[in-house]
Amino acid sequence: MSLKNWLYALSAAASLTLPAVHGAQAQEESIYVPLFTYRTGPFAGSGTPIANGMHDYLTLLNERDGGIGGVKLIVEECETGYDTKKGLECYESVKPKKPVIVNPWSTGITLPLIPKAAVDKIPVLSMAYGLSASAKGDTFPWIFNPPATYWDGFTQILQYIATQEGGGIDKLKGKKIGYIYLDASFGREPLPLIEQLSKELGFEAKLYPVAAADMQNQSSQWLSVRRDKPDYMILYGWGALNATAVKEAVKTNYPMEKFISIWWPSEDDAKGAGDGAKGFKTLNWHAVGADFPLLADIQKHVVDAGKSQVSGKDKVGQVLYNRGIYNSMLIAEAIRKAQEITGKKAVTGEDVRRGLEGLNIDEARLKEIGLEGFTGAVKLSCADHNGHFSTFVQSWNGTTYEKVSDYIAPMSDKVGPLLDADAKAYAEKNAPWPARAEACDAS
Amino acid sequence: MFYRETGQFKQSYAADQAVFPILQDRFGLAFILLIAFVAVPLFGNEFLLASVMVPFLILSLGAIGLNILVGYTGLLSLGSAAFMGVGAYSAYKLSTIFPGVNILVWILCSGFFAAGIGVLFGLPSLRIKGFYLAVATLAAQFFLQWCFVRISWLYNDNPSGAIEVPARKLFGLAITGPSATPVTRYLVVLVIVVVMTLLASNIVHGRIGRTWMAVRDMDIAAQLMGIRLLPAKLLAFAVSSFYCGVSGALMVFLWLGAAEPSAFDIKLSFLLLFMVIIGGLGSMIGSFFGAALIHILPIVIRMLPEALGLPIAAATVEHLTYLIVGALIIFFLIVEPHGLARLWQIAKQKLRVWPFPY
Repeated sequence: MSLKNWLYALSAAASLTLPAVHGAQAQEESIYVPLFTYRTGPFAGSGTPIANGMHDYLTLLNERDGGIGGVKLIVEECETGYDTKKGLECYESVKPKKPVIVNPWSTGITLPLIPKAAVDKIPVLSMAYGLSASAKGDTFPWIFNPPATYWDGFTQILQYIATQEGGGIDKLKGKKIGYIYLDASFGREPLPLIEQLSKELGFEAKLYPVAAADMQNQSSQWLSVRRDKPDYMILYGWGALNATAVKEAVKTNYPMEKFISIWWPSEDDAKGAGDGAKGFKTLNWHAVGADFPLLADIQKHVVDAGKSQVSGKDKVGQVLYNRGIYNSMLIAEAIRKAQEITGKKAVTGEDVRRGLEGLNIDEARLKEIGLEGFTGAVKLSCADHNGHFSTFVQSWNGTTYEKVSDYIAPMSDKVGPLLDADAKAYAEKNAPWPARAEACDAS
Repeated sequence: MFYRETGQFKQSYAADQAVFPILQDRFGLAFILLIAFVAVPLFGNEFLLASVMVPFLILSLGAIGLNILVGYTGLLSLGSAAFMGVGAYSAYKLSTIFPGVNILVWILCSGFFAAGIGVLFGLPSLRIKGFYLAVATLAAQFFLQWCFVRISWLYNDNPSGAIEVPARKLFGLAITGPSATPVTRYLVVLVIVVVMTLLASNIVHGRIGRTWMAVRDMDIAAQLMGIRLLPAKLLAFAVSSFYCGVSGALMVFLWLGAAEPSAFDIKLSFLLLFMVIIGGLGSMIGSFFGAALIHILPIVIRMLPEALGLPIAAATVEHLTYLIVGALIIFFLIVEPHGLARLWQIAKQKLRVWPFPY
């Protein structure tokens, strides 16, 4: 027996002991959906509403409809604390229970999972975070990151600025645009795009990096902002960085209506800065508020029934709560689609991957779900795992966010080539990167 | 009765100076190795191997590295996570520049890069001591982490800003990358950690180790005895950083699979320092005890409610884990300020006189 066979025998023996540990979970006819959440740690403020939204939606499906297609969902939270090591521990602990999908909710956790997904046959849904290039389904058949990438978001903000200036994208010429960002992979991602676009469109970019350790101390950056007087400010932050940036902007008397963020700030981030924060803008792709039949159902079947962890009724419908709802809607619809494609009831990760590629949530379907007008239609394909959907700008009015613009499409002609180059570079650097072997369902 | 060296006569100096002079200790070690090499891979499930044992061994190696510096030489360092990062980034660069060379060679070589950087930041240690040195190494932590973020050459200009682990093989068996099974990874890490631990144990028991301990106990006295302080201290920095570097490379290549610069932040430095202090300053086995307490105990506590069938929410369990681990750390430090290794020694001493304690 060669060493290789011997080790295979060992690993087979190891896997035999698994059912003993997790046997209690293995029920017939159920779908296991783990949720990686962070209700603890420095990012708990953002993580808790997202976790609640995701959990409540799936609980509702169990309570009201008896699961999806008659199959109960087993929903289980695993606490990551936004920590990569703990996230991987969560992944290893849920893997034996055959999850049909994982949502890492952290770019740091997503990156190690990208190569694993194809081996473990578990699709990864990193909703508008993670590796932008994973939008390319041909290179990354197991990774999905709808509805838009950070690059898409940046071009959407630029176009919004141009319309504010009263015209097309050429109006950006000669403008000074400040970019304040988390000095980590997430915030640094748009830098090549900024470099390229500032040359092509003729605007001047001012960069204000904030180190992760200094998130709550941005006085030096805002001192520079005061000196440079940028015409517009763009914010790419997360957690305490957002709240601090808004506060500092108010303190420096920066005109808030010219301060536009990517889609992550919550109500609390703006509220903390008081009345001065009115006019602060962020991108978003779904509605805010609980005025939807589905959310009313959640209120009735989940929150009032005491099956939710929300701390108050007013939390239902907040930006990040609804983001969790959106995330779970994608999960649920992907499972439904997978059941439709395969005809099976208890679908597997492989089926859900096909379900995600065939995902097609049109207006009629949104109405059926009870989320009419909540968001735009979602349609993914084998080649496009992102969709590059339009987003809109919402503005803080002191109590909530209001939609203040139409849906803005990203500048795909600028972003597309970057994505292609990135996906190619990733595959080259991680050679031998497996070529796509998964067949594509004609949808 | 069972644990007693009576009748074990040493007939040479070499036998008297052996790392494990008592026969029972040698049996004990053989037994532990047997469990580690045979029982754990045979009966452990994937979770145990991938999320408990591999991280435990890698953190133990890092703790040994830090223990050489803090425990044996008495130089307080807060930069160990950064030195781990140097190991990880150099292993990444080497393996992408020379993909043909076996990855294990590069993982071990990365230690030399970490050692070089460690020596550089160890230079001030001749002039400053104690907390001041801790601050100097803190500078290393911040500066190196800044480099990992800002110098895009280090991560091959990846737009994700992270280092990703390519798939590599040893004897036709994947040891890194997604298709490497936890068993393979565990055995590779185990071999490296065991060999390096034995090496470290020999170093600290020999002339070099005694030099370090002399410096630790009183550096002026050591100097008067003819120990040259600068080479002794720099050697401690070099060896310590070498161990940290290898452990960092192992962490990225055989545990995480991809790492952002934040994987090597100050939190990890503190964790390693806690492991060393709780485990026992100046003790090899203490490094393992410390790593077990800091890494394995929270996992056990986290799994308890599920195993007992208690319906506690994941976040509450996490809070409870923090509370319990924190309380236990304080408890152990009060009961035995010299760490778990000292408790182990006391236990051994008690066993020696059992059943007739005096």
